[in-house]
Amino acid sequence: MSYETLASFAQTWGVLYFVAMFAGATAYALWPSNRDTFKRAAIAPLKEREADDDRPLA
Amino acid sequence: MAAKRANWLMRNHKWFERHSLILVVGILVVVSIGGIIEIAPLFYLKNTIEKVQGVRPLTPLELAGQNIYVREGCNVCHSQMVRPLRDEVERYGHYSLAAESMYDHPFLWGSKRTGPDLARVGGKYSDEWHRQHLIDPRSLVPQSIMPPYAFLAGRPVEVEAVRADLAALKALGVPYTDEMVAGAAEHLLQQVDVDSDFEAMVDAYSVVAGREGTVIVRNFDGAPGAPTELDAVIAYLQVLGSFVDFSTYEAGDVANRR
Amino acid sequence: MGANEQVRSSGDPSSWAVAITLAVMAAIGLVAAANAHDLAFATHMWMVVAAAVVGLQAILVWTTNSDPEKRFDPTYYDDGIIKAGIAASVFWGLAGFLVGLVLALQLTWPNLFYFPDWGFTNFGRLRPLHTSAVIFAFGGNVLIATSFYVVQRTCRTRLAGGLWPWFVFWGYQLFIVIAATGYLMGVTQSKEYAEPEWYADIWLTVVWVAYLLVFLATIWKRREPHIYVANWFYLAFIVTVAMLHLVNNLSLPAAVGSKSYSVMAGVQSALTQWWYAHNAVGFFLTAGFLAIMYYFIPKRVDRPVWSYRLSIVHFWSLIFIYIWAGPHHLHYTALPQWAQTLGMTFSIMLWMPSWGGMINGLMTLSGAWDRLRTDPVVRMMVVSVAFYGMSTFEGPVLSIRAVNALSHYTDWGIGHVHSGALGWVGLISFGALYCLTQWVWKRERLYSNALVEWHFWIASIGIVLYIASMWVSGIMEGLMWRTYNEFGFLEYSFIETVSAKYISYIIRALGGGLFFVGSLIMTYNLIRTARGDVREEEDAVQAARPNLQPAE
Repeated sequence: MSYETLASFAQTWGVLYFVAMFAGATAYALWPSNRDTFKRAAIAPLKEREADDDRPLA
Repeated sequence: MAAKRANWLMRNHKWFERHSLILVVGILVVVSIGGIIEIAPLFYLKNTIEKVQGVRPLTPLELAGQNIYVREGCNVCHSQMVRPLRDEVERYGHYSLAAESMYDHPFLWGSKRTGPDLARVGGKYSDEWHRQHLIDPRSLVPQSIMPPYAFLAGRPVEVEAVRADLAALKALGVPYTDEMVAGAAEHLLQQVDVDSDFEAMVDAYSVVAGREGTVIVRNFDGAPGAPTELDAVIAYLQVLGSFVDFSTYEAGDVANRR
Repeated sequence: MGANEQVRSSGDPSSWAVAITLAVMAAIGLVAAANAHDLAFATHMWMVVAAAVVGLQAILVWTTNSDPEKRFDPTYYDDGIIKAGIAASVFWGLAGFLVGLVLALQLTWPNLFYFPDWGFTNFGRLRPLHTSAVIFAFGGNVLIATSFYVVQRTCRTRLAGGLWPWFVFWGYQLFIVIAATGYLMGVTQSKEYAEPEWYADIWLTVVWVAYLLVFLATIWKRREPHIYVANWFYLAFIVTVAMLHLVNNLSLPAAVGSKSYSVMAGVQSALTQWWYAHNAVGFFLTAGFLAIMYYFIPKRVDRPVWSYRLSIVHFWSLIFIYIWAGPHHLHYTALPQWAQTLGMTFSIMLWMPSWGGMINGLMTLSGAWDRLRTDPVVRMMVVSVAFYGMSTFEGPVLSIRAVNALSHYTDWGIGHVHSGALGWVGLISFGALYCLTQWVWKRERLYSNALVEWHFWIASIGIVLYIASMWVSGIMEGLMWRTYNEFGFLEYSFIETVSAKYISYIIRALGGGLFFVGSLIMTYNLIRTARGDVREEEDAVQAARPNLQPAE
């Protein structure tokens, strides 16, 4: 393996890898069936309420 | 309710565990591939591995000086990397070559010039100037904001310890010979003593350098007796950037192209 | 449930495991101390032995005196460690800011703030002390404390691992103390933000693996189907920092002593180091604190994050793009130009996810903008997100080669770092500390909102003075270095560019001083809040204020 091959690999496939990666993440985020999951996840931290002494995790 | 939830969780537990592991694996893949693609080619880069004539490992005294340079954090305020920009080349000298730091474990290029670049400071000032400047910077340069390093003059170099340093660097691929490692302590003492038999030491380092005249032998701190940390630091500063003879170096040469 | 069984079984495996780890550590420390090559190393090994002995003693006392049923009661959150984390964050924050202030004064008035007989107070030794104290000691403790809080709440379960979280906490403090005392004794690898020597690095690796496992194990026993996005950011932070730390710190000790040589040399070590350092910013100071943003802002204003989908795209694109951007620290150096260009391109692209995240954080307030007026803690966090936006715009600009030719090596870089560090990391951390103190000590409100106002304004003015003075001095010195006179020679000697920065340095020290004063006010406020005090006058003011009605 030479420096030139590695360098040109980095300069070409690196970009393709980036595009594929970004497309994947976007698809996952926008996938219609994930909509409800994300909605639930977004409000999850807000549902949790703690009173003083009633065992919060019982 | 809680029991029911727990039950449901038990059934799906495995999958969820895997889910978070998938997340971890995904993160690792995403962050490691970028680094590998970017860094790996450099290990095949000819020019960082192929040396330029004159570049040599530091002598024991200079190495002790470099270690003090690191210990005191000189690299925090002084870069050792002249960029190929007109003003820098005119202010400091020829731009830095990759090969010039090839034996620095690690590199000391720095990131900030609170003080000037030191990549080519070797030979620019006299030993006496360095002594005075290190001991009390503002006595020479009234506007200087550099800390004083007077304590270096009173501290002897740990002569015997330097062998272990050379041995470690040799193990990492720095071309010290076995004789250089074995004679490290002796060589260190010889470099500050013009009356000693330093010729063999100078020759050995000149052979690795591929040219004469890169090793300076003299009493750097001007004080008699055992070499001090001031000797070591000045010896290091006085060779910085002086290994390559730029009157004969040809950047366009195929061997030197980057 | 698994956690229940763990507690009910006789004895406590996690305490035993921690105790054995400490015993092993003490044994290794003793052997190393006996064979130490230099004084600094011996000192550190004795410190390790002492820490292990104290730790063992503490475990013994604690196990004999505590009720095994209640030790790791899974019906409660583990809030004790959060409290310790808050205290440690505040302590190290004050220490780190103070050292930073001393450094600023040294550069301004070297005759007054250098002590020729005390080499260890010189700038070169104190500088890594400052950066490590603020990044790893202050920032790291904030991250550990908030991550332990957030992962418990969002997974609705007690922290996993029994005694291991405490091992992580104290182990991390030990790392900090070894690193910090090492700098003062001149023990350093010289690599920025990776200065601690090999033995401190090994210790940090042990602690970090324990941290990752505690965090993951808590996620594994969660009672929520989805892993909340803040935990994604925390995970990316923990995992990536582990990778960066391991690769960049590969080194060979010269002896059984404090000096080691990096395995890599020259160009390779430079690129590896800046890949590390840039991503330490990306994953330690960005991803970790974005996790804080994604939990604490929604929680404090009681509204869900503006767009959860955007947060997912934000996450993946941020961690992907960040990892490539390191070479922008090496423009015009001996690094091959294609790698520089790659670094620059990705740095500019990085602007997008960064601003996506900023918008997501700011818009979370939509419909609750009045909280900016009524809750100074919310204002502090929102301004911090604004600073995040500002420095993530400045970063890509600085990564452009032509700009970098001017800005690199100058104070502009220092200003950029501090707009991110003081503005973004500092203020979001303060916001989180105010929230956490109120929440884990279960207080109705903070001791004094007025003091938070004071903190907010004093710190903000300090930050503005700091970064404005560094812009001026940085651009000025960059331009002076390249100024030619009418004869075609360089106009200024280097020392002239140094003395030209004098006024800027005074202003910078003033800015840093204000930031430090602000954190003192916070410390007082947090202590009073934890004690359960409430400043009475404010209640009176609140009650006297006319109850404003919205317009019809």
